[in-house]
Amino acid sequence: MTSFSPGFQGRGRRPADRLPPGQYPTEQFPVLSAGPTPKVPTATWEFTVTTERGATHRWSWEQMMALPQEDTVHDIHCVTRWTKFDTHWRGVPLDVFLAEVDTSADFAVVAGHGGYTTNLPLQDLRDGRAWLVHSYDGYPLSPEHGGPARLLVPHLYFWKSAKWVRGLRLTHEDEPGFWEGAGYHDYGDPWREQRTWGD
Amino acid sequence: MRPVPWRPARLLARSPQTPTARTLVFSVPGWPGHLPGQHVDVRLTAADGYRAVRSYSLAAPADGERVELGVQSVPGGEVSPYLADVLPVDALVEVRGPLGNWFVLRPGTLAPVLLVAGGAGVVPLVSMVRAHRAAALRGPLRLLYSVRGPDDLWYREQWADRHADFDLALLYTRVAPPGDRRGPERITARDLAAAAAALGPDGTAYVCGPTGFVESAADLLTGLGVDPATVRTERFG
Ligand SMILES: Cc1cc2nc3c(=O)[nH]c(=O)nc-3n(C[C@H](O)[C@H](O)[C@H](O)COP(=O)(O)OP(=O)(O)OC[C@H]3O[C@@H](n4cnc5c(N)ncnc54)[C@H](O)[C@@H]3O)c2cc1C
Repeated sequence: MTSFSPGFQGRGRRPADRLPPGQYPTEQFPVLSAGPTPKVPTATWEFTVTTERGATHRWSWEQMMALPQEDTVHDIHCVTRWTKFDTHWRGVPLDVFLAEVDTSADFAVVAGHGGYTTNLPLQDLRDGRAWLVHSYDGYPLSPEHGGPARLLVPHLYFWKSAKWVRGLRLTHEDEPGFWEGAGYHDYGDPWREQRTWGD
Repeated sequence: MRPVPWRPARLLARSPQTPTARTLVFSVPGWPGHLPGQHVDVRLTAADGYRAVRSYSLAAPADGERVELGVQSVPGGEVSPYLADVLPVDALVEVRGPLGNWFVLRPGTLAPVLLVAGGAGVVPLVSMVRAHRAAALRGPLRLLYSVRGPDDLWYREQWADRHADFDLALLYTRVAPPGDRRGPERITARDLAAAAAALGPDGTAYVCGPTGFVESAADLLTGLGVDPATVRTERFG
């Protein structure tokens, strides 16, 4: 066998079971965005869910904040290879929004301010696996991390957790989002290292 | 679609860019080529099998099996000090790429292009400058490059050798060389105003560097009226 990188020792050994393949742990909170950070005022903020038949459900900031809130702690995994353990969030489980929506769609296209989109099977947004979050570590979520509100889908690579989220469009067909159309994997499971097309 | 494979990469040469930054040139058999702005993942393996991976931008346009990276050694970092000063010439690492299909400059772009670099963020942008220099058909290209002081400037030969349709402004943040009329300060709207106006409706801006730099430069551009949809960013962490 050829040996690579002679003399490399490395720093951390991976905490067993918690670090997906090819990731490294960081204490920092790096930022990945394709463009400038949009500034979204909560006064005009709105979250919408549009069904495959075109019915639109809307929540203002006040309505969203009046919904049942959850505090939730997760490890998050970015495709640029950092993993951050035990991040603390507060927000509304997607189940709460979807309970009001009559749909038989299989997929969701998530839209964020600034034109960002990402696609997921609708199933991945249900059963307590996804949240709309507005607080991080006890403070309002800052704009560069997606504030005032972002999606949180911690079981997939973090690009699926759309920043500056403004709505879901439910569809029968899978439609690639922004990064998914530019070479990233359609599903993005960090434990199966689904980073790019064909992984 | 086939997965992007890991390929062995042999270090051919290393040269200093600044006291803490290095150019590394690798030979990568089977390298498929890439576009200016793309990056690779570099994987290191320790004797006990432990592995670490980081992303590094490609510093030169595609050239057969030759792959050039630019690495800033980050104090206390796991990977960058090893690449900058330890990996022996002729030894192997593994690379996977090219990666990133958004922060790229397509060949044959005739519309104005503005590049804004902070520190090591110059690496993918110098690849764009080099591709522009080699292009037969090209539009205007302007680079605003922010560095702490004259000692922190990468790619000096490149800047000494100007070419047509290319314009460069160096913005010093801590120490300015004698005769620099701007004086040392962080990037401001004044530095960007003319370049932003010259972008016009069809131009594209590419902003790259540490997160704080990218946030402020991209905010300044949109504050000057540049359409956010035309500003592409790459944050180094
Ligand atoms: C798309 C992309 C392209 C990039 N292109 C380039 C490029 O062209 N050139 C370039 O130089 N960089 C580039 N980077 C950044 C690069 O990938 C690395 O992040 C950088 O080299 C630092 O890695 P490191 O392993 O040396 O530092 P890390 O080990 O990741 O540490 C980074 C910092 O955090 C501190 N730190 C973190 N965790 C610990 C810990 N547990 N204990 C102690 N200290 C800690 C370190 O002291 C250091 O200051 C790019 C990044 C991206 C995402």
